[in-house]
Amino acid sequence: MSVSASEEKSALKANMSYGAVSQLTTQIDTPDRKASNVNVQDRPSVAPWVAEIEAVKTHQDKVAFAALFQHFAPRVKAFLMKSGADAALAEETTQEVMATLWTKAHMFDPSRASVATWIFTIARNRSIDALRKQRRPEPEDLPWGPEAEPDQEDALALQQESTKLAQALSELPEKQRVLVERAYFGDLSHSEIAAETGLPLGTIKSRIRLALDRLRHALG
Amino acid sequence: MTEQITHHLPDELMMSYAAGTLPEAFSLVVATHISLCDECRARLVEFEAVGGAVLETADEVELSEGALEATMKLISSRAKDPIKAIRTSSGVFPKPLQDYVGGDLASVKWRRIGGGVKQAIVPTSKAANARLLFIPAGAEMPDHGHAGTEMTLVLQGAYLDDDDRFGRGDIEVANEDMEHTPVADIGEDCICLIATDGPLRFNSLIPRMAQKLLRI
Repeated sequence: MSVSASEEKSALKANMSYGAVSQLTTQIDTPDRKASNVNVQDRPSVAPWVAEIEAVKTHQDKVAFAALFQHFAPRVKAFLMKSGADAALAEETTQEVMATLWTKAHMFDPSRASVATWIFTIARNRSIDALRKQRRPEPEDLPWGPEAEPDQEDALALQQESTKLAQALSELPEKQRVLVERAYFGDLSHSEIAAETGLPLGTIKSRIRLALDRLRHALG
Repeated sequence: MTEQITHHLPDELMMSYAAGTLPEAFSLVVATHISLCDECRARLVEFEAVGGAVLETADEVELSEGALEATMKLISSRAKDPIKAIRTSSGVFPKPLQDYVGGDLASVKWRRIGGGVKQAIVPTSKAANARLLFIPAGAEMPDHGHAGTEMTLVLQGAYLDDDDRFGRGDIEVANEDMEHTPVADIGEDCICLIATDGPLRFNSLIPRMAQKLLRI
């Protein structure tokens, strides 16, 4: 991936405006890491990737998008292949998912989902549509609809919880973690996982239950 | 909309819905229940967050050369997605079910299956099937067992199953080792949305014949 001069310029512009664009990221920056002069992508954040989505949303920032692409597209492709797509279909569908990120960026709400969760739901819906050729019935909306301006504190809390959740998932005992991954990535019901692994269904269910208990505990 | 819901979705179904691995008929029941149940709506957010965490920690498969450029080209041919109008309903059927029926209760084309009981198939993908069942107040549902999993969601009235009462918004999940004879509560005719991934097994001859003819 080559970065042209004009893109570099827009990256600079993006970095300078991150703080202004996203109050959320500014607010949760630790004092020793001020927003300016630091590339947002290169440091761990309590709200990973929120600034990049904001940059895509507010000024169609191609550099921020490229960073999102570099991080998420290979993960989305892996998800689609584990869900049964061949490499060509997974490639094509991943590009669709990533394009949707751009066209729906204005709908991303950091008080409702982490960027990873939001992308996961886009990839999931796309996979049901493209791979399984099914409709996905969605719950109706709450009558008051999404907040026009997401509450900063809610957003902060949600983003912090998501980080803790990912941490807790990576710390699960191997046997439990693998099953949670299979349940999400692999298009298999719990009984199908049982058939495939040769483990009794009861064992699968209790491992997943233990895993969920741990994840919930991590969320406090 | 909040109902007095006491029977919720089990974790396994919730997780499979969040993961997108449920057959369409089951997803329809889940989406309809969540439309009525704020508690399960909040749980769905958690289960989707687990999906996000799995995506974050999962393997990666490299994209082809030029994938970013191809995606940028895709983007340049597209407009921003319009913000959708808020989907809500004030009828008997929550919006996801209305989308499948083509309207509220009045739009259902019922077929009689005996004893005042009526049903209507709700078309979904074949892996499982969904139907609406109308049981007159105080009447019994045909006695049956199951070959697979059956989800029942009450939309109007209530039914009693053993010692349990299921009212609007309540969900019951039955599996193969369960035989039951739910009875509609006396107050009001009972309407349920039911999804199954295996045919029902009725315990008497007449419903068995009806089952073949009527695809229940």
